[in-house]
Amino acid sequence: MALLEVKNLGISFGGLRAVDGFNVNIEKGALYGLIGPNGAGKTTVFNMLTGVYQPTVGSFSLDGENLTGKSTLEIAHKGIARTFQNIRLFGKMTVQDNVKVGLHNHVKYGLASGIFRLPGYFRDEKYLDERAKELLDVFGLYGERDYLASNLPYGKQRKLEIARALATGPKLLLLDEPAAGMNPNETGELMETIHFVRDTFDMTILLIEHDMKLVSGICEEITVLNFGQMLAQGKPSEVLNDPKVIVAYLGE
Amino acid sequence: MEFLAQIINGLSLGSIYALIALGYTMVYGICKMLNFAHGDIIMVGAYTLSVAMSTLHFPPFLSILTSMVVCAMLGVIIERVAYKPLRNASPLAVLITAIGVSYFLESSALLIFGSTQRNVQSAISFPSVQLGELNISGNAIMTLIVTIILMIGLNWFINNTMTGKAMLAVSEDKGAAQLMGVNVNFTIAITFLIGSALAAVAGVLFISSYHFVGPYTGAMPGIKAFVAAVLGGIGSVPGAMLGGILLGLIESLAKAYISTQLADAIVFGVLIVVLLVKPTGLLGKKITEKV
Repeated sequence: MALLEVKNLGISFGGLRAVDGFNVNIEKGALYGLIGPNGAGKTTVFNMLTGVYQPTVGSFSLDGENLTGKSTLEIAHKGIARTFQNIRLFGKMTVQDNVKVGLHNHVKYGLASGIFRLPGYFRDEKYLDERAKELLDVFGLYGERDYLASNLPYGKQRKLEIARALATGPKLLLLDEPAAGMNPNETGELMETIHFVRDTFDMTILLIEHDMKLVSGICEEITVLNFGQMLAQGKPSEVLNDPKVIVAYLGE
Repeated sequence: MEFLAQIINGLSLGSIYALIALGYTMVYGICKMLNFAHGDIIMVGAYTLSVAMSTLHFPPFLSILTSMVVCAMLGVIIERVAYKPLRNASPLAVLITAIGVSYFLESSALLIFGSTQRNVQSAISFPSVQLGELNISGNAIMTLIVTIILMIGLNWFINNTMTGKAMLAVSEDKGAAQLMGVNVNFTIAITFLIGSALAAVAGVLFISSYHFVGPYTGAMPGIKAFVAAVLGGIGSVPGAMLGGILLGLIESLAKAYISTQLADAIVFGVLIVVLLVKPTGLLGKKITEKV
């Protein structure tokens, strides 16, 4: 059974069918790409998978559990985490605190032990600090842990967003254009990071991307969306040579 | 000597404003709304204290606790019933609702307790301290100490606990916080709970200096605290503390050395001048839009 099963997912905004008949099965540990021209509905798919939008038709399930119609919060707790096309870090908080917000689910101490500094508070704080250090080390950000997130250079903000998403302990990680605005060097480094994350955390990753070098370089399978419809699905080498896909990107 | 006494009066009055201003600024930071019903929470706190002490004959400490619990619950209920359904509505709709809630609380108090002001014995009273020829009210000192402790505690709570970090995260980006697994509804409820409990303390401290409560007792301190929050930079917790203390100092010095009648005009005048020079308030951050 696939980790993520999406069946016939669709959403309408008024009379506009933004996404229609979206089907995909993603196996555990896969690196899956979702591509398509601007406005094809890729981010809309992400928004449905994270409960930001409620799909009009269809369903999706994670690890066999149907998550259609669940709230953003429930879906986050069930194990889908994401990053954003336009970075949405907590800019006024430190790098370390951003990761700690992601770790929010993992602590049990209540308000009372926080206020009165009961032993549980110190135990959990220690655990949080250690987990945050582990994650920041992976992305080479531990040295900058006390910086405000908004003061990090762009490439590192992207990395921090991935670290924060991983902190929630997801089963499935959604990356929305992780290489947007990066130079070729940074993109190359990002590809290594994504590979590394998949291998180290045994993570399943679904990513949206425009950079074809990145997509063909790391994705094992891709789906192409165009005007909300699925155009092609399969291995990158086959899909990217499909005449229909070339027409969608470049025109006749 | 007289000057020193006025400073201490000002600090104690200012710390009451600061406690109320914290509620305004925390709620604004998280929900981007001005909760104009917040001042009336003080009135509810003061009435609760009076009922607990003189009708139910609770001991002082228990009465204060009751007052805090009642206000905290009231704050959470007001948010659930009146503000939560409007969370995605226009800010104007929420503002008008808040004014409505304020009138609702005042009218309910009028209905239950009548229009005459009630004399309330103070839950806490400390003997005055004699320093040379200077006679300092013990209650003023106590007010100052309680406020300082609460402010340090609140600052620590916000910056060091997970609930506090969740509050900071929600105030910056509700959507992203929710996607990271932060329970936004719970976090907002906690904010109202803490803000209202602090307002209850302000009510108790107010009573210990003024010994009376009426249905409109909360209105003026509420407005002044709002001014304090704006003066300090609304949304900023240290700003609310600074704004409150400054406002109290200005008010009592103006009363002592300029004119009692003009004191309020001077207080609001200072606000106008500060906002002309620094529109974001004293500790408010300048927002630069990225284009």
